[in-house]
Amino acid sequence: MTITKNLRRSLYSYKDLLFPFKMKEQELIPHLFRTEYRKLIAVLCKHFGFECIEIAEDIASDTFLLATETWSFKGLPNNPAAWLYTVARNKANDYLKHHHLFDEKISPLIELESTINYEMDIDLSNRNIADSELQMMFAVCHPSISTEAQIGLALRILCGFGIEEIANAFLTNKETINKRLLRAKDKLRTEKVKIEFPGEGEINQRLNTVLTTLYLLFSEGYYSFSQDVILRKDLCLEAMRLTLILIENDQTNKPSVNALISLMCFHASRFDARINQNGESILYPEQDKSLWDMELIAKGEYFLNRASKGNSLTKYHLEAGIAFWHTRQTDSNEKWKNILYLYNQLLQIEYSPMAALNRTFALSKVYGKQEALSEAEKLNLQGNYLYHTLLGELYTDIDNSMAIIHFRKALSLSKSSSERMHLLNKIEHCKILN
Amino acid sequence: MKEFALIFRNSTNAEFTPSPDQMQEVMTSWINWMGSLGAQGILADKGNRLGFTESKTVKPNNVVTDGPYTEIKEFISGYIVLKTATLDDAVEIAKGCPVFKVGGNVEVRGVVDMNDNN
Repeated sequence: MTITKNLRRSLYSYKDLLFPFKMKEQELIPHLFRTEYRKLIAVLCKHFGFECIEIAEDIASDTFLLATETWSFKGLPNNPAAWLYTVARNKANDYLKHHHLFDEKISPLIELESTINYEMDIDLSNRNIADSELQMMFAVCHPSISTEAQIGLALRILCGFGIEEIANAFLTNKETINKRLLRAKDKLRTEKVKIEFPGEGEINQRLNTVLTTLYLLFSEGYYSFSQDVILRKDLCLEAMRLTLILIENDQTNKPSVNALISLMCFHASRFDARINQNGESILYPEQDKSLWDMELIAKGEYFLNRASKGNSLTKYHLEAGIAFWHTRQTDSNEKWKNILYLYNQLLQIEYSPMAALNRTFALSKVYGKQEALSEAEKLNLQGNYLYHTLLGELYTDIDNSMAIIHFRKALSLSKSSSERMHLLNKIEHCKILN
Repeated sequence: MKEFALIFRNSTNAEFTPSPDQMQEVMTSWINWMGSLGAQGILADKGNRLGFTESKTVKPNNVVTDGPYTEIKEFISGYIVLKTATLDDAVEIAKGCPVFKVGGNVEVRGVVDMNDNN
């Protein structure tokens, strides 16, 4: 799918998601392919069932191949979407007829009651497309397959990513991804996973699985070490787009989902400020705040408000709260007290080294370095690059020899040249203080 | 790693009725202490605080009295479960508990697992 790969590298931005506007014609084709591919897959899968997902993928791919070939000669049709749907419908019907004939010739004793008509009428109304995508999300983010497999499948089916791009995103190779997706599809087939909305009884649990996967997908884009900055941004965007589908449906528009999209908006608002042109991270205190996206921050606040309705307090609420406070530029005591408070609660629900380190940093802002140092020494994160960087910072001006030891340790663990520069400067600074 | 329950008891002794400011300070200490345990990755279960207003004690012969069990001028106010290597490690951690600010104490008990004979 190299065609869609190149076309996908677009003009698709956060603003398209959150502030829809009319697209100009030359922007139409890339946006169209990506959007229509996933819609077609969703609807075709719903019709054929998950067992035949490869057939749906083939039909969609063939359709787009034909579109690219035909349109480059004949130009854009008047209604490109309708053109695509007509061709896809014809191909699907051809397949059905062929399949039916095959059955008739090979197994004359058809005992199965066939409910599929020979002429398939694919319902491509907006309502059906939205429903199909939502149902597909639940099918793909299924607890019977690993979260890695869920993300891979989501990127392929829900987002229209090519295998090579998925491999890049995961910093692995195409064979690994192909195997992973194949195994995942097989598992979903054996588990007889249906493309349908979960029932009353299991909706909350299934929604949790979906949210975990979407959050991990977002984190892949946000924290990954891949050099491909555009790809990483795309991962974040896709995670946000899928989360918004949940928001738009009454049954899945829960406080936890609003908290998750809020959190994503806050993080995404700093995307441009936190990565330099080499794809290396710039730490929060050193970011150019003029690069923070204020509109995204406003959207984050809007969703955080909606998330606060009701009684639930999930880890997404806590993380969204923390992210909110990080968008406040003034370094006030109130800001850090709130961040510390929220990390204290978050760490009780779910431990992560990042949260532990960030909590310690917030503690130093509220109670000073000595207090933070005694907490930091209890963290047991030796060998973690960020741990040693933090200890270096905390020891600076208190025990500069210790600071240098930790900065040197961080240096030995560092994987990026800009980080190393940063650390070498810190070491020089400490030497002067000594 | 093993699991140890920390059971917190508060005193019913009148001299430990804190002022609102003191209450605030104690609450902040609790939140910071729990956060610290979380950050160390040793919190197996953040447990629960146990309320005072909704409490009764059921004794033999279906005798029911109001309030928690306070024969010993103390009542259980909550519990958490830690993951540490030894009982002594859990005890060291318990020493830092904010309950001591209000005249309380901490009981440390090993959680019995299926293979134990304790």
